[in-house]
Amino acid sequence: MTTVNRPEPPPVRTHKEPRNWVGKSIRRVEDPKFLRGRGGYIGDMTLPGMLHAAVLSSPYAHARITGIDTAEALAAPGVHAVITGAQAAELTDPLPDFGPNPAAHTWRCLAVEKARYVGEGIAVVVADSRYLAEDARALIEVEYEPLPPVADIERALEEGAPLVHEDLGSNCAYERTFQFGEVERDFAEADVIITDRLRWRRSGGQPLETVGAVADFDIATGQLTVHTNSLSFTSYLFMVAGTLKIPANKLDIRPMPAGGSFGSKLFATKPTVIAGMCSRAAGRPVMYLEDRVDNISNCDHHGSDRVYDVQLALMRDGTMRGIKIDTVDDYGAYIQFGVGHHGNALAQVVGPYRIASVEYRVRAALTNKNQQGAYRGFGSEVNNWMLEQIVDKAARELGIDPVEIRRRNFIREFPYFIPTGNVYDSGDYDAVLDKALKLAEYDHWRAEQVKAREERRYIGIGLITAQERSVFSATEFWFWFDKPGAPVTSMPESVTLKVDATGGITATLYSCAFWGNSPETMVAQLVAEEFDCDPHDVSIVYQGSKNGLPATGPGGSRTTVMLAGAVEGAAAKIKAKARRATAHLMEASSDDLEWVDGGYQVKGSPEARKTLAEIAIMLHLFKHSFPEDMESGLEESKVFDHPYTTMPSADRKDLGVFYPFMGHACHVPVIEVDIETGRVSFLSYAAVHDCGTLVNPRSLAGHIVGGTAQGIGTALYEEYVYDEDGQLLTSSYLDYLIPTAMEVPELKIGHHETPSPWTPHGIKGGGEGGRMMAPAAINVAVNDALAPLGVRLTELPMTPDRILAAIRAARESPR
Amino acid sequence: MSGVDKRDITLTVNGRPSTVSVEPRKLLVDVLREDLGLTGTHIGCEHGVCGTCTVLLDGRSIRSCITFAVQADGAKIRTVEGLANGADLHPLQDEFWSKQGLQCGYCTPGMLMRACEIIEQNPDPSPEQVREGIASNLCRCTGYQFIVEAVCAAADRMRGEEQRPDQATTPTEAKA
Repeated sequence: MTTVNRPEPPPVRTHKEPRNWVGKSIRRVEDPKFLRGRGGYIGDMTLPGMLHAAVLSSPYAHARITGIDTAEALAAPGVHAVITGAQAAELTDPLPDFGPNPAAHTWRCLAVEKARYVGEGIAVVVADSRYLAEDARALIEVEYEPLPPVADIERALEEGAPLVHEDLGSNCAYERTFQFGEVERDFAEADVIITDRLRWRRSGGQPLETVGAVADFDIATGQLTVHTNSLSFTSYLFMVAGTLKIPANKLDIRPMPAGGSFGSKLFATKPTVIAGMCSRAAGRPVMYLEDRVDNISNCDHHGSDRVYDVQLALMRDGTMRGIKIDTVDDYGAYIQFGVGHHGNALAQVVGPYRIASVEYRVRAALTNKNQQGAYRGFGSEVNNWMLEQIVDKAARELGIDPVEIRRRNFIREFPYFIPTGNVYDSGDYDAVLDKALKLAEYDHWRAEQVKAREERRYIGIGLITAQERSVFSATEFWFWFDKPGAPVTSMPESVTLKVDATGGITATLYSCAFWGNSPETMVAQLVAEEFDCDPHDVSIVYQGSKNGLPATGPGGSRTTVMLAGAVEGAAAKIKAKARRATAHLMEASSDDLEWVDGGYQVKGSPEARKTLAEIAIMLHLFKHSFPEDMESGLEESKVFDHPYTTMPSADRKDLGVFYPFMGHACHVPVIEVDIETGRVSFLSYAAVHDCGTLVNPRSLAGHIVGGTAQGIGTALYEEYVYDEDGQLLTSSYLDYLIPTAMEVPELKIGHHETPSPWTPHGIKGGGEGGRMMAPAAINVAVNDALAPLGVRLTELPMTPDRILAAIRAARESPR
Repeated sequence: MSGVDKRDITLTVNGRPSTVSVEPRKLLVDVLREDLGLTGTHIGCEHGVCGTCTVLLDGRSIRSCITFAVQADGAKIRTVEGLANGADLHPLQDEFWSKQGLQCGYCTPGMLMRACEIIEQNPDPSPEQVREGIASNLCRCTGYQFIVEAVCAAADRMRGEEQRPDQATTPTEAKA
């Protein structure tokens, strides 16, 4: 079937048992400063002479900019500079862009000839304070020539639609159909083909802290230092230096803690470029911090916005054979990450099911909207939703119990290569399902549902089983193209461990800025596991990009696995040196030593030992006690590369291994729909996740609950609504509805642990948590509730209006 | 900013009186952060919805991003910086830590101040009352569950019914 010979997987690892710290819900080491209000976020930063920037946004979805008059703004009190889009295009080059054809859909920090969405930056003002910058911003006169906008995903691809980018000649930025396995044969042999049309509308991360940067250009040295709450992909930051027209070795980007990201601070380069450009122009440090309207309308990180036409081929007994997926994704006005979101989908496109063949057609539409970027799940949560909707529909149409149809198709042999070529490393889907059914009191709720229906109450149970891929490879960004421009393969993460003369340990992280995830706690626990110390005694620091080791940062649930590999590697080097030092000091053979409880001792003679502190002080201060070739000090680094990536085949019938550590979960929400108001309320919610070996169960539970809360938003409330003129109707939290404590139920959480055979301790990523599952589960639950009425919701979010419309439509159409 | 009409106002923040000269249009949150250097109070939505900027003004929670500083002239204000007593965290801070009632920490100061008010108004709130009470404030990370647990645990402690939790490894969550 595949056209490549699969390279052998990495060797199967044995995992340390028992573990002292990995697996314990310790209090997070990050927290004390945040609890005291001393988090040190970007907005808290001040530098001597620092100025503030405010961006003027386009009020039009699509308009030619025919003139800008900045004279009055420049003369306003406290103003140091006003930069228009045209001027910015001289000061900077286009922004780093991984899209299909950057020369034809060129993306800049400010719009130049025309604005392509409501919110796009037109000019920037730099002034003594944000107040004064906004005062002056109101004095800028812009002449627009409005153009017909295109704000509808399907209209965008029609002949004659207004073009978002004339140079592209089309609003279709990318189109391709992939076939994996014997799709036509499987469809021909199937008993039934279930079809579905589904619509997932756009929402986004909406962290409570917006994206910002403080830039400080030193004209004497040519050095630009930027502090920002978005730092990732350090190996790619030369592209940002290129945008700013400075040498890469004159750019230092330093991480600040981020007040939430959920993907939306992934490689968010525009604020860095705007702040850097302004600092150079004004000759002073400049802060550019988005306000909330900027973050909603001009953040470059809206989430997926898809239409699906799906066909699932099954046998009458429920055996799934093949799936055909045809999706159009509305990327907005630019497409900075290409269609990597669909690479995510292809990593786990068949879910936990033995579906032997896949056809996947993707079209990327450009429209007059803020562009897509990253939102927790990066497009694979949408695939989970699509797949579970059609599996649910198939179960209903075939008259098979929803638990049974899933069990009938579960993958049970691992490692398992799915048709796209990606591998599932390990899993135990039956065990997770069993645990979830018990935790959810599934049988009890089925009985309650029967009783409720007799009372004309509409209770629904939303059982879904779905995947959470973790630790991406670079290949998913370019296997789309037969001749990719840059078929890169590096996505490393690095850690330096330093043992000081007292035995105290400091870990340095590179680019992995704190996002609300727990990189410091993870590293502290992993270091404690290696060195038998208390994790709260481990000191953690972050290094800026300039003197940093290569690192990628959070994204695709990679952080914990990658940091674990880096810590393991650096610790092994420290221990190797400490072992040799001990052997020398004790005049023993290295082979006779063993690491026990924080030190090396002679096997069988526990009294003959040196603690790490005793070894460290010797290595730091007593050079002449050691062989000539031993360097002073005790500090080691590890650049940890992706543990298991294989290359795609030339014909792209096999995409290789690119997302191998496969988590799994079963969510079971129980909801009630009020058919008079369209309100959905939760009666119960159980979630069991398997992310391999747990490092900190409480923090994973936090991701599960928090992600589920976001998934509830996606399923029921949150939508960036653009009207047909491309006006954004939801530019505040009065209209963009984020769930409060009253909309999020208390979750019953269960963990199952199927260790990965290929990662340190068997850890898999779990950072995208409940958002991978909740939209799918809640949709299934609503449809389960409304099934007696013949109603099936196929569009998210399921707002009261949409639910009531679906109920009305069902009443009006003959069944 | 010369030529702009400024007013002298006095704010007593966390027990310490300060007189500052501010433009009438300057928001309380900006005065706290910029003029008084108290950056623990954060700015979230800037239109009074998310509650990130919550502080207590004469004992009642307010949104400092939609309050002019001049409106607070003469008021007693409490912010997150006033919660801990030196090295000792306030029971709310301590329980937020134990229960992981925070992830990114950005909504936390506002959430802590709102929780203070809830407990001051009702020293023994039920989980449902806490949930309803904190619904004034958005948290994008936690899904609120561990915040509710933390506030209830802190209330218990503040009534003297519960001991300080073990520092190192609490809470241990049973693997299901």
